Amino acid sequence: MTARRLLQIALVVVVLAYPIVTAGSPVWQRLGALVLLAAISASAWNIVGGYAGQVSVGHAVFFGIGAYSAVVAFVHLDLPPILGAPLGMLVSVAVAAVIGVPTLRLSGHYFSMATIAVGELVRVLSSTSDWLGGAQGLGGPAMPRTVFDLSFVSAMPYYYIFLAVLAGVLGLTWWIERGRMGFYLRAIKDSERAARSLGVSAGRYKLYAYMLSAAFTSVAGSLYLCMFGFVDPESGFGILLSVKILVMAALGGAGQLFGPLVGALILVPLEELSNSLLGGQGAGITFVVYGAIIVIIARFLPSGLLSLLERRPNAPTKAAPVNPSPASGHAD
Amino acid sequence: MTTTLLLQVVVSGLLLGAVYALFSSGLSLIWGMMNVVNFAHGEFVMLGMYTAVVVWTALGGGPWASVPIAAILIATLGVLAYFLLVRHIMRGPMLAQILGTFGLALFLRYGALWVFGANFKTLPDDLVGHSFILGGIRFEGSRVLAGVVGLVVTVLLHLLLTRTSIGSRMLAVSEDATAAQLMGIRPQRMQALAWALAGAATGIAGALIATFFYTSPTVGETLAIVAFVTVALGGFGSVMGALVAGLLIGVVESLSAFLIGPVYKDVIVYAAFVLVLWFRPQGLMGTN
Repeated sequence: MTARRLLQIALVVVVLAYPIVTAGSPVWQRLGALVLLAAISASAWNIVGGYAGQVSVGHAVFFGIGAYSAVVAFVHLDLPPILGAPLGMLVSVAVAAVIGVPTLRLSGHYFSMATIAVGELVRVLSSTSDWLGGAQGLGGPAMPRTVFDLSFVSAMPYYYIFLAVLAGVLGLTWWIERGRMGFYLRAIKDSERAARSLGVSAGRYKLYAYMLSAAFTSVAGSLYLCMFGFVDPESGFGILLSVKILVMAALGGAGQLFGPLVGALILVPLEELSNSLLGGQGAGITFVVYGAIIVIIARFLPSGLLSLLERRPNAPTKAAPVNPSPASGHAD
Repeated sequence: MTTTLLLQVVVSGLLLGAVYALFSSGLSLIWGMMNVVNFAHGEFVMLGMYTAVVVWTALGGGPWASVPIAAILIATLGVLAYFLLVRHIMRGPMLAQILGTFGLALFLRYGALWVFGANFKTLPDDLVGHSFILGGIRFEGSRVLAGVVGLVVTVLLHLLLTRTSIGSRMLAVSEDATAAQLMGIRPQRMQALAWALAGAATGIAGALIATFFYTSPTVGETLAIVAFVTVALGGFGSVMGALVAGLLIGVVESLSAFLIGPVYKDVIVYAAFVLVLWFRPQGLMGTN
């Protein structure tokens, strides 16, 4: 127990000290910030995709809403971009309700495909809107006017901002996980029919999870805009972004508190590394490797990397009973 | 005058729709038979298209050569995907299924980008005869060939699944693999056969599409969504449903491109998809 406590303290110290230790290397600092940013959106996805088992493949909708809200706050309202974040959260929650009420009635693959279609719909529509900059997208402040523009040369401020937000998301997830809603969501994931028969209003709790998840994904989008200063339909609403969010969570372990963070810790450095090693010419190879790793994980560790840690003493042969499959969710 | 123009739009929509039907029936077959959604399906079409491009640039062969080659190659790819990946993930959590086939999609899409480059490739316009005018409507050779072959192969696939003993055996496996096994049917063989058939249909469709459409590594993304819409509309597992839905979507696409504007044709199709999933998740013709 004490060894475990020591390990936890050591981890916290490492996380807090990381940007100071790597102060001499902007590349490593930036990498740390990117991991945290990715972990925010993946952890947000985890609330609905992991805990409630509703596999959304359209979370880029909310990321994009957050990013566009921030840039619209600057371009059209002349405010610091980050002031668009609350707006983005509100819009995302509203959009999540509009999308969620009809689509969450669908089970399994049907829900996933509906979210893909909605995502593509939003992407195409955003590229036809002049107000949102059309296919070219919109840019944030070229030069920081005040510190509130959150436009820094160094990645260190971003690191700590992202860390604080991630801590908030994980804290909230932890609180949900342990409370009544967490039990409801897991019950819905295992068998929606059984949960309903025990009096859980499954539809309502799935919608709560979806809206909450949307709000935090939107925050990640707003923060992305502050750091990168630019968004277009592909980087905001692209299906590849939705897939990356899902893959990170599933790689680490969907439905586990730290699963998305673990996934981000592996995939983001992998992507950055292969991008920098192979340059623009090898952009394809990054995703070839990415794809291969995903296939291998799905094939050999269907419940994510964290499932390696929790071998139960008398677990029968393979993963089947340890990881209740949400397979019962489809074909209803 | 306007009637002829409208007729022209409808006819080209039908020709396009027949090809949509062909590659969607592959997705539908897999889905109906083993409840697995192949998110790499668009990439299968894309590789069928590149087969046609390579057969033309390397060997100078037209669709008469590329269609059978694509059928064999993509069928092999399907069987490999089944034995190496799908067989293992189909009983796992749904997330693992999505993850596995999405990973395969990324692998194939960016593998193609690496091998063939990002540039759009097109086959020569007159590869499949010249266009001709019949009853005031202009027919392009390549589109007519694609439409007719698409229609014929889809109908053949439907007949194979519904009128032959091999089709009955596949149906038996899809309904209850254990019971089928007790009757002396080997489920894995039937499932592998389904992947081979789906791959062949998809490869043929890809090689045909390449004769009139640009080929690029990311073209599968759009086509996959068309296939999802078609399958959702036609009912999962039904090849006949995919045929009707494919024709319908082809017509809706070309009509909305003509009447509202090309950018909005995708919007209309995606919106139709969401509406169908919403109101009739079992598909327009599905029974449940």
